[in-house]
Amino acid sequence: MSTKTPSRLEKILAEGHLAVTSECGPPRGSDPAVIEKKAALIRDHVDAVNVTDNQTSMTRMCSLAACIRLKQMGLEPILQMVTRDRNRIALQSDILGAAAFDIHNVLCLSGDHQSFGDCAQGQNVHDMDSMQLLQTVRRMRDDGKFLGGDDIARPPQMFVGAAANPFADPFEIRVLRLAKKAAAGAEFIQTQCIYNLDKFEQWMAQARDRGLTERVSILAGLTPMKSAGMARYMKNRVPGMDVPDEVVKRMADTPKEKQPEVGIDICVEAIERLKDVEGVTGFHIMAIEWEEKVAEIVERAGLFPRPDVG
Amino acid sequence: MIVAEKKPMEEIIEEIKHFENILVLGCNECVTVCEAGGKKEVGVLASALRMFFLKQGRKMRIDERTLERQCDPEYLEEIRDVADGYDAVVSLACGVGVQFTAEHYPSLPVYPGVNTCFMGVTEARGMWTERCQGCGQCILAATGGICPVARCAKRLFNGPCGGSSDGKCEIGKDTVCAWQLIIDRLRALGRMEEYERIAPIKDWSTDRAGGPRKIVREDLAP
Amino acid sequence: MRLSYPADIRIVRVPCTGKVDLIHILRAFEKGADGVSVVGCMEGDCHYNSGNFRAKKRVAQAKKVLDTVGIGAERVQMYNLSSSEGPRFARFAEEMADRIRALGPNPVRAAVNQMEHQTGGGR
Repeated sequence: MSTKTPSRLEKILAEGHLAVTSECGPPRGSDPAVIEKKAALIRDHVDAVNVTDNQTSMTRMCSLAACIRLKQMGLEPILQMVTRDRNRIALQSDILGAAAFDIHNVLCLSGDHQSFGDCAQGQNVHDMDSMQLLQTVRRMRDDGKFLGGDDIARPPQMFVGAAANPFADPFEIRVLRLAKKAAAGAEFIQTQCIYNLDKFEQWMAQARDRGLTERVSILAGLTPMKSAGMARYMKNRVPGMDVPDEVVKRMADTPKEKQPEVGIDICVEAIERLKDVEGVTGFHIMAIEWEEKVAEIVERAGLFPRPDVG
Repeated sequence: MIVAEKKPMEEIIEEIKHFENILVLGCNECVTVCEAGGKKEVGVLASALRMFFLKQGRKMRIDERTLERQCDPEYLEEIRDVADGYDAVVSLACGVGVQFTAEHYPSLPVYPGVNTCFMGVTEARGMWTERCQGCGQCILAATGGICPVARCAKRLFNGPCGGSSDGKCEIGKDTVCAWQLIIDRLRALGRMEEYERIAPIKDWSTDRAGGPRKIVREDLAP
Repeated sequence: MRLSYPADIRIVRVPCTGKVDLIHILRAFEKGADGVSVVGCMEGDCHYNSGNFRAKKRVAQAKKVLDTVGIGAERVQMYNLSSSEGPRFARFAEEMADRIRALGPNPVRAAVNQMEHQTGGGR
């Protein structure tokens, strides 16, 4: 399978390896050392790193700046872009900015509503939605053109991705949405973190039936639980999250000091099971504020060292 | 209709407390239907204001009048002969009416008595919800008659987002997910294949973004 | 029954308390009433179905307005009784009169009197 961009992530997937990605949240300040520390913890254990974009609408250092920092450190960044905060001019502009620093991966998202964050009184933009942003990046890359029709000097060479949530409502259209994202131009997908493996496998089966696994590379999202409290919180308070009772019970039945360990166990076991699911081409490990555990998870799951694709 | 709600009386008092002759001017259309600025509300506000100022030992003249509407010049003319007798008007019309009244009476201060909120419907007595944002390019044919611009918190054209939960929007359980409604409706109409179409990027130039809007019908001009 | 109730109560008869609108209550206070009672049928027994429920809501609205303008929500009250309960009516009337007397005169009336006094006579 040939690649369309210099993206390391694309290359790993094209060569048939299971890809591993993880996530870095930029700080609520201007100190690059925060990003550098997180990156250093995971750099040898992942193929590419997502940098979130004002996640949950909390104002943070912008994703683009943090991506540039990671690129300078020799990592492979995935620029997350939400359509909540920028209009089409700014979105195209930031893509060119990223391309100027040879950032080759972008994840197109709508973004959480601003009422969740620190600027609940602000406007939201949504000049376009995530589906239309996918189309836009593909047009910039493949046609070398701006939305307005003019030619782009040195078009961006971005490997384009989108998010998918097999657990959000309504369930029956979740595969339709995946199909739409593929049609809009998504080349890789990172899913919301998975705890309900049965439901995920159901979704994957439907995706295979529609031939979607031939068209997009699906990376299964995983977040290790730190505590039973976290398990309960995610089950009850986070929309679009499906945490089965057995998972909560397993965490709750464990003595408090051992809960983080069990959380990692659950994560590694999930990876082992998902390796056998046809169509899963990798794993997106979101160990938010627990980046030091990524290495252990990757190693225990037999995914270390990462392939060298040059 | 245009849905509005009464401003807190304290706010109105603050604006008019230095005047002596006030006209409380209502509107017989939208604000009457949403019980914010019609004849009844004019009466209540005027009575309350009179009592407030009387209590302070001030006998302000607070008159009441309700026009058919305040967005057409011929109705605003009806107060031309009495306008000079007032120092200020509290208009309970929507923002449109308040402005038009001010435009027609440039030397008369006009203060808003309601907060104009949205274009919407009466779902039940005492409950109004938004339906239209006046984007200028109606797409209701493609979405089964349900507008994602007005009813989706992120105005997604290819929704729902990952935050849709049990038919509700991620911003709160009181808000229905517009895309759940659209999907349910397309399914009921047997038109789910329309959902698979990717809606193109919106032309917002006819929306507020393009600037204050204007319609001219040449065929109607005198 | 020829029961007695306080002489300073003025009765305004309506076919149903549902006929009483918010503005009627406010105008009474505007014109100097110290207190207003809305007396209707027992809840569920309204002759006209739900008129007394409407009145209840309007009394609640009136309380809000009266508090906002500084006259006091306690000056308006809703009472429910059956039309045959003469003694109960008399009791309500006493209770109301006592309550209002304790609150003192309507501040609007007091202010108007003051203004007229200062200007030396009515206007």
